[in-house]
Amino acid sequence: MSKTLFEKVWQQHVVKANDDGSVLLYIDRQLVHEVTSPQAFEGLRAAGRQPWRVNASVATPDHNVPTTGLEFGITDPVARTQVEALDANCKEFGITEFKMDDIRQGIVHVVGPEQGLVLPGMTVVCGDSHTSTHGAFGAIAMGIGTSEVEHVLATQCIIQKKPKVMRISVDGDLPAGITGKDVALYIIGEIGTAGGTGYAIEFAGSAIRSLSMEGRMSLCNMTIEAGARCGMVAVDDVTIDYVKGRPSSPAGEVWHQAEAAWRKLHSDADAVFDKELNFNAADIVPQVTWGTSPEMVVPITSSTPALADAKDDVQREGWTRAFEYMGLQENTPMSEVLIDKVFIGSCTNARIEDFRAAAAVAKGHKVAANVKLAMVVPGSGLVKKQAEEEGLDVIFKAAGFEWREPGCSMCLAMNADRLNAQERCASTSNRNFEGRQGAGGRTHLVSPAMAAAAAIKGHFVDIRDWEEKAGN
Amino acid sequence: MQAFTTLNGLVVPVDRANIDTDAIIPKQFLKSIKRTGYGPFLFDEWRYEDVGQPEMDCSNRPVRKDFVLNQPRYQGAEVLLARENFGCGSSREHAPWAILDYGISCVIAPSFADIFYNNCFKNGILPIVLSDAEMDVLFSETQAQEGYRLNIDLNAQTVTTPKGHVFSFEVDDFRKHCLLNGLDDIGLTLQHADVIRDYEETRRAEAAWLF
Ligand code: SF4
Repeated sequence: MSKTLFEKVWQQHVVKANDDGSVLLYIDRQLVHEVTSPQAFEGLRAAGRQPWRVNASVATPDHNVPTTGLEFGITDPVARTQVEALDANCKEFGITEFKMDDIRQGIVHVVGPEQGLVLPGMTVVCGDSHTSTHGAFGAIAMGIGTSEVEHVLATQCIIQKKPKVMRISVDGDLPAGITGKDVALYIIGEIGTAGGTGYAIEFAGSAIRSLSMEGRMSLCNMTIEAGARCGMVAVDDVTIDYVKGRPSSPAGEVWHQAEAAWRKLHSDADAVFDKELNFNAADIVPQVTWGTSPEMVVPITSSTPALADAKDDVQREGWTRAFEYMGLQENTPMSEVLIDKVFIGSCTNARIEDFRAAAAVAKGHKVAANVKLAMVVPGSGLVKKQAEEEGLDVIFKAAGFEWREPGCSMCLAMNADRLNAQERCASTSNRNFEGRQGAGGRTHLVSPAMAAAAAIKGHFVDIRDWEEKAGN
Repeated sequence: MQAFTTLNGLVVPVDRANIDTDAIIPKQFLKSIKRTGYGPFLFDEWRYEDVGQPEMDCSNRPVRKDFVLNQPRYQGAEVLLARENFGCGSSREHAPWAILDYGISCVIAPSFADIFYNNCFKNGILPIVLSDAEMDVLFSETQAQEGYRLNIDLNAQTVTTPKGHVFSFEVDDFRKHCLLNGLDDIGLTLQHADVIRDYEETRRAEAAWLF
């Protein structure tokens, strides 16, 4: 019988089917960070349990780590407690950890793939909703809560009901300047933040296949913002090339066995989906969010919406609140919106390709006078090193950007990097919720090139016009 | 885990869609390594004028009087009403911990984000999905009548209004069983340790690179 990619991976991981339709699903890899794990380790300890398979989990601190002055350690005592708790828990239970002083440290969702810890066809979990990132490898990758983190540590399984499967196809050539991030925001704008609820999404079509692994990771990363359980892309040469030679990837004879198995990880030609949606790559224009939910997004060429166009009262109410919070009026052209800060980073866009794109825009320019802070925060120590080897840090610094140490940083502002109330930020992260980047802060989600261009101009601009109109 | 069987509780209406977990419990409270103590900070940014910090004393903080949770008539609420896509965003289990610590053990909405929905069951909170039309009834009745309480019966899968209207809801059998009995998933799963080991052995033979 023909199967979808999701079904293939799912079936390979069913340990036991329960009477009510849920299954015990085996987990190949668990990524661990400091924020959602302490209570799970505490639970293990209280029950006198040991991890089921210690080498299936890998940890790194990311949410709380400072991005400057690392020589002083973490000065916030509460954050320090949490990172120290992770260090102590990993030591006690024998879990590999890339600590703050390790060059491999970084955002879990950047580190996992970079180290070859995430492989095609795996089941991957982490106490973090953006675990969906790893679906880019044809893996089933899901964010879980802390109780489930404990459950996976103790049993190597989770209890799950099989979601429905939706295929979203984007066909045609992506126009120049359109990235995985724009594709993600465009799709969320079309289907809404609850559009994927109850589904696993497979992204397919020629435009998706044309994306690099970085682009696919940005796209799958934001699947959670569409409400889906996970997002996936079929395995192809791009996937295999990325995985090959990574520290934890198989090698030698095992590599050949693995590759042969991975080559089967695509939906069969006549596989049936519970829902199918189709989009044209040519319709996608660089995206900018205007409100406080990722679905409040418009093309850069357009304006904030008119309240009269809301589909119902609940949406109108939401838009009214968002306008007030964001300090914007209806029908405002996005290119007129001035910004105060720029953040290029996060598990959505802190990989080498993202920095190359941003640096290409920033090269030879200066950050606009009205922009108080423009920061670039690598996703891992290794991304930082590579970017420095390519001279990207020099370009950023010459343009007036700050070049920081790896971590989540201003994506969620748990460390010192944050927006003040009413500050407006062009951000490459994934959430524009109220207060996400600091209480009262106003976030606009964009691609790395769009963020860099906004930094230079001091307001949003259409990256497709950059070459001609940048005033070079 | 605390069992959930029946509840007759005061209802608080939070009439908003897409309430995300950052709103339910802002990030600064995620620095705690405990499971309790989050109740005073539930909806912190909506509830208080100032910015909350972990472990601060909330008794003298300036409150936003117009926020529904601060209104005297809703003090002691145990049931929360909301609109679609409740609990979206971050997977933080601190959100259900905060809700429970505040004293709410049942959330009723037309839809929930998956991870949040799942997290509720792990913590003795019952999330109930009702239709938009049914939600409209509950919102308007709650707002109209001070002291409005709902009767919730998990075993019968019903929500009963003071006037005697009965709304039925769906819930997975397994989740219902665990919630009714306050069962810990891990203990249940470990009863199948042999099956997990057998699976691993088979899998290792066909996909050695995973181990
Ligand atoms: S970068 Fe942001 S979204 Fe990603 S894991 Fe860190 S906090 Fe979460």
